[in-house]
Amino acid sequence: MSLFTHRAFLTGAVTAIALSLGIQAITRAAHAETELLVVPHADPKILDPIWTTAYISRNHGYMIYDTLFSLDANGEIQPQMVDTVTRSEDGKTVTLTLREGLMWHDNTPVTAHDCVVSIQRWGGKDAMGQKLMSFVENLSADGDMNIVFEMSIPTGLVELALSKPSSNVPFMMPARVAETPGDEQITEYIGSGPYVFNEEEWQPGTRVVYEKFDGYVPRTEAPSGLAGGKVAKVDRVIWTPIRDIQQAVNSLNAGELDIIESVPADVIPLVEDAGAAYIKDPNPPGLQYTARYNVLHPPFDNAKVRQALLYAFNQEDFLEATVGNPDYYTVCKALFGCGLPFETDAHMEGLLESNFAKARELLEEGGYNGEEVLLMHSTNVPVLTNLAPVAKDLMEAIGMNVKMESMDWSTLVARRSKKDAPADGGWNMFITAWTMGDLINPLTAAFLNSSCESALFGWPCSEEIEKLRDDFARAGSHEEQMAAVVALQAAWREYPTHIHLGQWASPSALAKNVDGYLQGGVPVFWNISK
Amino acid sequence: MGLYLLKRLLATIPVMLFVAVFIFLLLRLTPGDPAAMLAGDYATDAQIEEIRQKLGLTEPLLKQFIIWFFNTIQGDLGESFYFKKQVTDLIAARLEPTLSLSIVTILLTVSIAVPMGVIAAYRQGSWTDRLLMGFSALGFSVPVFVIGFALVYVFAIKLDWLPVQGYKRISGGLLPWITYLILPSLALSVIFIAFIARMTRTSVLEVLGEDYIRTARAKGQTESKVLVRHALRNAAVPIVTVIGFAFAILIGGVVVTESVFNIPGLGLLTVEAVLNRDFPAIQAVVLLFSLVYVLINLVIDLTYTLLDPRIRY
Repeated sequence: MSLFTHRAFLTGAVTAIALSLGIQAITRAAHAETELLVVPHADPKILDPIWTTAYISRNHGYMIYDTLFSLDANGEIQPQMVDTVTRSEDGKTVTLTLREGLMWHDNTPVTAHDCVVSIQRWGGKDAMGQKLMSFVENLSADGDMNIVFEMSIPTGLVELALSKPSSNVPFMMPARVAETPGDEQITEYIGSGPYVFNEEEWQPGTRVVYEKFDGYVPRTEAPSGLAGGKVAKVDRVIWTPIRDIQQAVNSLNAGELDIIESVPADVIPLVEDAGAAYIKDPNPPGLQYTARYNVLHPPFDNAKVRQALLYAFNQEDFLEATVGNPDYYTVCKALFGCGLPFETDAHMEGLLESNFAKARELLEEGGYNGEEVLLMHSTNVPVLTNLAPVAKDLMEAIGMNVKMESMDWSTLVARRSKKDAPADGGWNMFITAWTMGDLINPLTAAFLNSSCESALFGWPCSEEIEKLRDDFARAGSHEEQMAAVVALQAAWREYPTHIHLGQWASPSALAKNVDGYLQGGVPVFWNISK
Repeated sequence: MGLYLLKRLLATIPVMLFVAVFIFLLLRLTPGDPAAMLAGDYATDAQIEEIRQKLGLTEPLLKQFIIWFFNTIQGDLGESFYFKKQVTDLIAARLEPTLSLSIVTILLTVSIAVPMGVIAAYRQGSWTDRLLMGFSALGFSVPVFVIGFALVYVFAIKLDWLPVQGYKRISGGLLPWITYLILPSLALSVIFIAFIARMTRTSVLEVLGEDYIRTARAKGQTESKVLVRHALRNAAVPIVTVIGFAFAILIGGVVVTESVFNIPGLGLLTVEAVLNRDFPAIQAVVLLFSLVYVLINLVIDLTYTLLDPRIRY
């Protein structure tokens, strides 16, 4: 006796297949041509790019806000919302005149007052903004179109700071929004950028929708990096976070997506072999791995011990362990990155070459006598996971006593802000990554800040480094800035604040029909057509 | 019955209270700082401390608990640290995908597992039985994500019949909704099919040896009627218990499947909340899961009276 007949089974199977094919056709057809479906590197939870330094909030900022200045593909500063820059004869008064036709997304005009309030909010939060504001005696609006900086010294810092490409980016907001105190998040998301944030369609964790802003007037210059004409060529950009990169790649290869913002090197062959998509890096300088010392506790309170690691470490070991493919990493000794305006190898000779003999010599000079080094090991961020074991291995090779503690990133982030001794819940070292946009000069490179208590976790304390950072801020020309950079590298060699462990790429994957993806150091979605 | 129901509902209060205290303390004792996560990598100590104060995390633990507790019993589960949205709204938005996935999975599971178990019991010792129980053992052994990826490879990539990932809301149409649920439900149902099929087989086997089955056959009833009306109905109590628990597990524990298929449900919300130490969100979802477990238990107990007239409360 049979409870199921073959005929019933076959009928069911055929119906199911027909149904699924029909459904697929329907869903594919519903995918409008002018929608760009993007998998961002994270889910944008916080929509205030001044309140947080999270990169995903910065990327959201580039969608809906505009900047006064921007860096082009060569790292040169270009005006963006600004039409002209005028300087007084003594160089102390800098007037920025806005372009005609700039509008907020509620179709009201952008005014100089809006920009002044925006600069003030950013200048109260961001380290580079604070440095800029420390030289500003008065910041005001002259009419609707002119922003006037009255500086205590003549400096090129205004354009340098206002073109800062990475977190926190000086985005312009309407005055009523920018009046929100810096310690509170904004609640209205209105900018003057090429796309409008569609709050109604925002589904946290699932979907962020941006729509083309018809009132945006792009510059006439060709797009280059983050500068030039920001022309929105698609009607809607939809961010859909996908946690599993393998599934994101499957989906891209199946034609369900247009762009995956960040693809790990080991997954790139899956994209290339399938032939449905191609690889392009929006951030050619890439990112940098960085080991951070805590100078408050032994043994890294001793500069000689810190110097020993400059000799013991080499970048290739770290890059091989994490990236693995030399096409996607660069060994680079320059403190402010290779391929960037302040690249120099000055004072870097002999460092980062795993010279264990020299490292041991320095440990001995520093009086190291086997104190335990507590190395924090992040386990749930794939691009960081393999770094700490390499560091442990290299430190042990020169006779250091290393205790590696594994933890999730949230725990590490909480622990790194503790100044307690390692045995009481503090730490000695951890390794992280920065995008090169954050490291392009001595003012943006946060780990170089050596202002003791006010410095970032690790709390380095060096009057000389701080003086040289100040010299950089006061420099009036690129030559003067470069001289400060060279002097800084010498000072850093004597008083290491962190160790740079090489540059690496985290490129994007794009469907074959997607064109115009810009390489500005930050993934941006204007100029893209499909 | 009414009194029993009232007693059971009242009994949920101390359970929920215990869960509330436990999860609140557990989160505060776990390493990690939501303020540091919110502030981003560049934030200074002063900025982190400022955020901590804004979130109320610098208040004494008892005060934090009392505020949260009294807000919760008034239905205010608080605002997510991250999304700056009410947790109730976040949960409401995530409920549909998880419920959809759970219901489709349970329907799929029951419609496959119960007949499988009955057939295996009916054909005990035969090749059919061995084959079905072999499949059952395999279903137990293979992790859900492996099954998920295998299904995606075959049905989405190679055959291009179904989407790789994602979720469409039911308001967007029944066909897109079910299309996006087929693969995740299949992946998720395998382990439950394995479990429920075994349970059904065992229960039906016990019943098949009973006198009333012999009597039913002697009356000349067809085999299918004997199996469904007499054997399965009398074997139903343990099967329904397992199905009920499976449903509770599905609502609270489909994290891997939701991750693999990118379904924005409660499982993913829980993972994100835990990784970011979003205390209000974690507390709310854990309370919700606990409540679901308690209520499903109650429903299962009440179902027994329908299935077995001898059971009375």
